[in-house]
Amino acid sequence: MGKTPFLLPEAARKPFALFLGIVFGFLLQKGGVTRYEVIIGQLLLLDFTVLKVMLSAVLAGMLGIQVLLQLKLVALHPKHGSVGSSVIGGLIFGLGFGLLGYCPGTAAGAVGQGSLDALFGGVFGMLLGTAFYSGIYPRIETTVLRWGTFGDITLPEVLHSARWKVVIAVAAVIASALSAMSFLGL
Amino acid sequence: MEWLFLPRWPAVTVGILIGFLECLTFLLLDKPIGCSTAFARTSGMIEKALRGSATAEKPYYRLFPPVIDWEWMFVFGIPLGAFISAVSSGTFRIEWVPSLWAGIFGPGASSRLITALAGGFLAGLGARWAGGCTSGHGISGSLQLAVSSWLASAAFFAGGILSAMLLFSLARG
Repeated sequence: MGKTPFLLPEAARKPFALFLGIVFGFLLQKGGVTRYEVIIGQLLLLDFTVLKVMLSAVLAGMLGIQVLLQLKLVALHPKHGSVGSSVIGGLIFGLGFGLLGYCPGTAAGAVGQGSLDALFGGVFGMLLGTAFYSGIYPRIETTVLRWGTFGDITLPEVLHSARWKVVIAVAAVIASALSAMSFLGL
Repeated sequence: MEWLFLPRWPAVTVGILIGFLECLTFLLLDKPIGCSTAFARTSGMIEKALRGSATAEKPYYRLFPPVIDWEWMFVFGIPLGAFISAVSSGTFRIEWVPSLWAGIFGPGASSRLITALAGGFLAGLGARWAGGCTSGHGISGSLQLAVSSWLASAAFFAGGILSAMLLFSLARG
């Protein structure tokens, strides 16, 4: 304990999470990323809104979390990974992402703006897909998901470098990418 | 306050605010933002209602019990927030077929819904297979510099670019 001194008391977590979700949904809609046209535009490499939102979120969040980490106010929660899970699962997700034109969060947001294909196609399909996954999980858990396991390592550990140095380097790369997109008028 | 009611905000402004939201989530909930686990919990809840308590015994639901947790509340809030934004900016509209789809594949709803259902199935399956989606891996994991998340994000876009380009080149002939 003491790792996250500002952790809310149990009773306040769900109401606060609901509030955060409302703000997140508001932001997704304002960013235009709850629109099918915008997401497909990104996947057809015609509209770079999705990438701009994601890269600037990673940039701001990464710098903010680094400061909070130095102040010992937050703990990291990197996810466990393997080639069989991250790459194969990621590709399956991607194929679905391109057909659906929404991802889980933006599909939920699209429902709120009246896009019924996100509800009757997207949300229903995703519920079926996750239900199917719970059925095959016992079989892939001991096989595919273990191929090329590398665990919950982070880039600073791979590079044997201080975390803040990697944060600055990645921030510089993302800032350059965002500037390049703006310069190229994407 | 007029800016609050604009239909669109600049992408980078939205991104920075999402980054700030991530910091709040880590600080006050000790968790990263994610969306796809809530879908798995919901399908578990539906399966439990249909098939009874044996559902909770499935190994996957022992890892992710079919209950309403903080992340479920977060995802429940997303359509509410999007609704507030859409209505207050005049962009709310009931739409079965997105205009881009209608322009290329025609205005019929059934082809769009079948494609979206298939896409949703793969997206739900793949998100749980990879252990996260565009928010959990794409944003939350990437900002923690997790190797699993950078790999998964690259795969999300590789797969997405491939299927979107195939689908749209099919339509153009």
